[in-house]
Order: sequence, then structure tokens, then C-alpha cells
Amino acid sequence: MEIRKNSGVLKWALIGISAVFLTVMLILPLIYVMYTAFEEGIGVFLAAVTDEYALKAIGLTVRVTVLTVIINTVFGIFASWCITRFSFPGKKVISALIDLPLTVSPIIAGLIYVLTFGRQSILYPYLQGAGIKIIFAVPGIVLATIFVTFPFISREIIPVLNAQGTDEEEAAALMGAGGFTIFRRITLPHIKWALLYGIVLCTARAMGEFGAVSVLSGHLRGKTNTMPLYIELLYQGYDFTGAFAVSAILVLMAVVILVLRSVLEYKGAKSGEQAHK
Amino acid sequence: MAGETENYVELRHINKTFKNYKASDDIHFGIEKGKLVGLLGPSGSGKTTILRMIAGLETADSGDIVIDGRVVNDVAASKRGIGFVFQNYALFRYMTVYDNIAFGLTVNKCKKSDIKKRVEELIELVDLKGLERRYPSQLSGGQRQRVAFARALAPNPELLLLDEPFAAIDAKVRQELRSWLREMITRVGITSIFVTHDQDEAIEVADEIIITNRGRIEQIGSPGDIYSAPKTAFVAEFMGSPTRISNISEFKGYEQLDRTIHAVVRPENVSVTKKTEKSRYPASVEHGIVERVLFRGRELELAVRVHGVLLTANRRLEEARIAEGEAVDVFIYRVYAFHENEEVQIVDNANVGTENLFYI
Repeated sequence: MEIRKNSGVLKWALIGISAVFLTVMLILPLIYVMYTAFEEGIGVFLAAVTDEYALKAIGLTVRVTVLTVIINTVFGIFASWCITRFSFPGKKVISALIDLPLTVSPIIAGLIYVLTFGRQSILYPYLQGAGIKIIFAVPGIVLATIFVTFPFISREIIPVLNAQGTDEEEAAALMGAGGFTIFRRITLPHIKWALLYGIVLCTARAMGEFGAVSVLSGHLRGKTNTMPLYIELLYQGYDFTGAFAVSAILVLMAVVILVLRSVLEYKGAKSGEQAHK
Repeated sequence: MAGETENYVELRHINKTFKNYKASDDIHFGIEKGKLVGLLGPSGSGKTTILRMIAGLETADSGDIVIDGRVVNDVAASKRGIGFVFQNYALFRYMTVYDNIAFGLTVNKCKKSDIKKRVEELIELVDLKGLERRYPSQLSGGQRQRVAFARALAPNPELLLLDEPFAAIDAKVRQELRSWLREMITRVGITSIFVTHDQDEAIEVADEIIITNRGRIEQIGSPGDIYSAPKTAFVAEFMGSPTRISNISEFKGYEQLDRTIHAVVRPENVSVTKKTEKSRYPASVEHGIVERVLFRGRELELAVRVHGVLLTANRRLEEARIAEGEAVDVFIYRVYAFHENEEVQIVDNANVGTENLFYI
């Protein structure tokens, strides 16, 4: 009885602390973003987000995000498949390398690419010759974003693939199914929810990436400025309403992703229950 | 092995090593068409490796595998004409029962109408009518086994391989499924090989048993032969639930045996009688003390210490009760005696047939 009474107090204390913490750290700032964005009226907000450069920044962010997600989905599936289904020397190293972007600061990621593809690189003359521009151009931004987000998908799929085991795939192969049929009919239904969840996380991170992109973009207004970079630019120019208006759009996109995430998590858990009952 | 040319499946001097563990050591045997063969052995004895090599899921380091007169070493698993039932069935959990059974036919691009006909036929055969739309998670263990069986048979294989087909099923249903599987395989008339570590299962289901131990074959024969005439020390100690006796020459009726020989004795060859009961061979009974009495349902299991050895014996329930600690008479009818690495000899008690004349 005594313990239960104590745990009641403890429970409410913990809930209280969490609530205060979240309010100060998350809810207040979000409300403040929205408040500032609309402070000078909806007209000013609309003007700020329909500004030529703002629209270009939004467009670029969407383009970079879509490209990144597609490339990382393909890469993530290949990498997870190869790590869980084959054994080869250096497998542990590859598996650890995939996690590297989670531990390396994004700004370093940006610098790595500047060194690899920039003027001082031995690759530079060849790239120049082929007419490919990476640094201070859109390809560089995509590369940086891919680097930062590539663990997200494989990290979601690998545990699921490991848990599934190879029995079903072996059975299908024994009956004469080819690699692609096995993937489409056996593996894909199994990893579907984890994959979508990974894609959502990857999308969220790709949209908001600042550090690595900042190094590589060159901050060319209307050309290589993504939303986070554009927001910073406005903010540095004391255009607070503009900065917060574009931020509001980014926050809105994040909220949509968050809702998607919750739906996926719920559906994934339900289908998991179904398959493992 | 006489008449090797008639064998449907043949393994010729197969060797297979995993890292530093020898899974198959010169495995050599043949199986006739239409036979139901059990590969029996303790876990880690290499029986599953043999099955997987026949299926093409593992590759032998050396030796030939022959199916229907054709060396299949380099033939892909899917082209060997084999149906495989996996240990945990490996049913496709995101497909219905119908799609599971149809899978092998679908990937081989059969006509839709033919697939439908064949699947319905199999569902009828394994008695799963009405469950076609269910998913594997909605089936009982026994039903899952039937789906796995039907799925393996769908493409009309010539050879059926089953890896521990009863391991994933509760003890109660297992008994029933053994006879079901045996009956099904006989009805379909397909050559089958199954792997098991359970000797009762092998004895009950198989036409022929192959006993494996440490990557080698110990003995091949009918269940009756294997049980009553074990050839090697391993088989003698593996079959039945025998007790090992290292001082058998001290026992009455076995004094003629070499002092260094080992022997095993099975519970059914030991008779325990109370001191007040009449023994059939009063002159050659040993004195024993009952240490444990276990109720086994249809009989009692007694653990009796004789000459320092704890023997196991059975006693019928309707016979007079024996208490723990009671002194009793013990008679051993038969032992299997062997020197290490030599053939096993069956030795009957020397006094059987001399004394019993007086009592018949």
C-alpha cells in the first residue's frame, strides 16, 4: 500500500516534469514561430512565402528531398539485403560504416565533399572536363543530404529482415522462384511498414538538413538555397516575419510527416501482430 | 548394399565440413523408389545436413548425389524435382493457404485453370476445405503442417524431404499426425526422406531407418532390425532407453563374458519381483534395492540398484506395489554387449531355457 501511494506521487511528479520540459522546449517555441509568422497579418505572411526566392527555396527543398529519398530507399534496401542475407569478409565494417553519418557532424560531411569534389581534388579536372558541377550546385546539395540521411532506411529494415530469417525465402527459391519474385512476394510484404517508416524519417531529416548543405550550397539565392538556408538568410537580414513565415511552412511539413509516422507505426504494429500471432 | 543401381536416391562418399566441424564423413547409402526413410540421430549428428545436400540447399565438399540415375551435384535446387517441408514449415505468412499451395505452380508459369484444379485437389487431399482464405497465423500447428505438406507436393515432385516434420507440434497432436503423414505418403506413393531425433517417431513412421552419429552412418535397416539387432555401440546405447553396465560379468547368467566388455540393458529386458513373489528363475536372480518408483501412467518405472548399477525396469500397475527402499529380486533376460569400436553381440541370460523347465 505504502509503495503504491509513493509511486502515485512519483508518477505525477514525473509526468509534471515531462510536461513542463516539453512545454518550454517544444510547445512554446512552436507557438512563438506561428505567432511571429502571423504577427503582421496574413497578408504579410502570404507575401513572405510567395516571394520569388521563397518559392524557389521550397521547390528546391522538395526536389532534393524526393531525389534523396528515392536514392536512399534503393541503397537502403540493397545494403540491408546484403548485410542480412550474405556473409562476406568486411561485413561488420560495412554495417558500422552505414551508421557513420549518425555520429559525424553534418558540417564535416559537407567539408568531406568539398575536399573530394572541389578545386583541390584530383577528381576536379575530370569533373570539369565532363561539365559536371558538384560544389556550390544542386548535385552537391543532394549528395550532402544523401550522406546525412542514408542510415535511416537500412537501420529500420535490418532488424526486421533479421527477425524474419531466411526460411521463407529458401522455400520460395526451392520452388523455383527468382530473386525478384522472392523480393516482391516474400520479403517486401514483410518489410513494408518498416520501409515506409524509414522513408518518413528520411524525408523529415532531408527536408530540415542545414549543416552539410550549408557548406556545399554556396548560398546562391534562387539557385542553391534550400528552405533552411533561406530561413537563415532572412533571419540574418533582420527579416523576422519572413524567416518565421517560411519556418512555419517547414514546421507544417514536419507536422504532416509526424502524423504519417504515427499512422504507419500503428498500422505496422497491427500487421505485425497479425503475422506473428 | 546390394542392387545399388535400382536406388532412386543415392549418396556416394559424401563429405562436408563446416569450418572445423565435420558434418558428413564419407556418407554412402541408397534409397529405393517409393520408400519412406527416416534419418535418425542426436542433434548435431549431421542428419539435417544430409537432407539439405540432397535438396541442393548445401553443397557437398566431395562425393556425388544421384537422383533417378542423374548426378545432381550441379543441378539447381529448384530443378531437382524435390518437395521440401521445412522444420518450422516456413509458410509464407503474408499469403493465404491457397496462395501458399499455389506458389510453386505460379512461379513456374502454369496455366491459371491448371493451378486452380491442382490446389483444390490438394486442399481436398489434406482436408483443409474452407480454410483457403486463411493466413498461416490463423491456423493450428497441425493445419500448418498440412499446408506445408500440400505446398511441397503441389508441383508433383518425385522426392519429398521433410526436416523434423513434427518438432513444431504439441505432443498430443503429434501422435495423430504421425499416422496421418504415414498414410498420406503411402497414398501419394512418393519416395520420402524425413529427419528426426525422436526414435519413437522414426520407428513408427519409417520403412527404413538410417542412424547417423558425428557425421557418419552407424546403421541402416528396418525399424525392427535396428531396434532388436543394433550393430554398433552407438546404436545399442541410442535405441530404447538403456542403462550402461561396465561390470556385466559380475551378473548371474553373464559370468561367461569377458571382464572388459561393456553392456547395455533395456528396461523391457529387466524383470523385478518382490521377495515374496515367485521368480521364474530363482537361481539366477540378483538382489537389488529399489531407489525410486515413478508413476508413468500405464506402468510404473522402477530404478533398482544392483551391483552398484542403477537399472531401470517397468512393472505393470496391477502387480503388487513395490515401495522405495524395498529389497527385490532382479532378473536380466538380455543385454547388448560390445567392446569399444566392435560389433555388438546380443547376449541372452545363460540360465534362460535351463531353469524354466521346472516352472512351466
